[in-house]
Amino acid sequence: MAEERLFEVEIISPERVLYTGSVNFVELTTSEGEIGVYKNHIPMTSVLEPGVVILHEEDEIKRAAVYSGFVVILKDKVKIMAEVAEWPDEIDKNRAEEARIRAERRLKEGGSGVNMARAEAALKRSILRLSLKENK
Amino acid sequence: MASMRDIQRRKVSIESTGQIAKAMKLVSTVKLQKARGRAESSKPYFSGMYNTVSAVLARSGNINHRFLQNHPDKKRAVIVITSNRGLAGGYNSNIVKLLTKDEEFSSDKVVLYTVGRKGKDSLASNGYEVKKDYSDIIDEPLYSDAMNISAELLRDFANGEIGEIYMAYTVFKNTVSHIPMMQKLLPVSVEDYELSEEEKLVPMNYEPGEEEVLDLIIPKYISSLIYGALVEAVASENGARMAAMDSATSNAEEMISELSLLYNRARQSSITQELTEIIAGAEAID
Repeated sequence: MAEERLFEVEIISPERVLYTGSVNFVELTTSEGEIGVYKNHIPMTSVLEPGVVILHEEDEIKRAAVYSGFVVILKDKVKIMAEVAEWPDEIDKNRAEEARIRAERRLKEGGSGVNMARAEAALKRSILRLSLKENK
Repeated sequence: MASMRDIQRRKVSIESTGQIAKAMKLVSTVKLQKARGRAESSKPYFSGMYNTVSAVLARSGNINHRFLQNHPDKKRAVIVITSNRGLAGGYNSNIVKLLTKDEEFSSDKVVLYTVGRKGKDSLASNGYEVKKDYSDIIDEPLYSDAMNISAELLRDFANGEIGEIYMAYTVFKNTVSHIPMMQKLLPVSVEDYELSEEEKLVPMNYEPGEEEVLDLIIPKYISSLIYGALVEAVASENGARMAAMDSATSNAEEMISELSLLYNRARQSSITQELTEIIAGAEAID
């Protein structure tokens, strides 16, 4: 009766539809903390933090990196709208490493609010990319 | 009657113009296909965005959010999307007319954020104030460009410099029909959206809260609208150029065939004349 537990998940970014498929369970990082969603979850719209979305398909577990977006959860469907979303094998490790160092330097130098927030977001992104790459 | 050499010269010049038009048409065709592909692949995100925002607003009724308030007394910002190059038929001038022909968008009520040099130049010469120009991005618009534009606009909106945000761009309906349109971005209005039966039955929860979700979603919604407009405008530009260059090519062909006829006639008559002269000369010697 495995089919009954499956529900649809879509990950959509402006450039493409990254993923559509059926899963048992999906893990997300929202602004309120990490959540896991099974079928028949109560309808909810929530804000996503940069993080890994873990898709538990019937016989496979997939990971995708999602930066800044939100998620709409319905009973039998989860729709993730992300401004940037990618698979681990699309991540360039060297580039992410460089970005991390750059962001850290900028944070050390200090500066005005907007630039700091930007550097912090860049640092979060690069750390996420690197961690996803290493766990693979 | 024009001399053979004059006709020949005109014919050569029209032929080379025709070749340029033909080449431009081919280039636009390729670019159009690329742009259409991009417009297609951005559709799911855009429509998902629209549905979510509309559903939030329709459910929550009249909540008093800063992105939903009207400021009719302040200046209106208009994002004007045109192209950097001409030779695209009425593509650019149609967008310009959208502003100049409308009392609501006269130059004293409006500040412009332009994408595309053609529109910027002709509106600036009409007395419009161009606050910021993003013409470099129109050749290949990225999503991050749309994010930059919307961040800038929302900052000016938050500072109270502008009260409403509009966008003038060309909707790509199909290869032959492109419609210039003025769209309102802020304050967000989605009056025509109706909740489906299913949506009415299930209440939606918002985490952290409705306001915070709106705070986050609306800037993204604006970015996605701008991005959608940019890619559609690029498709329309190339479609318009393709049509313009197509008719230019066929006009050139028509002119060339007329000129060939004239040329042949002139050639024939010059031969006849020469023959007559030779015969007359020969007769005179006898």
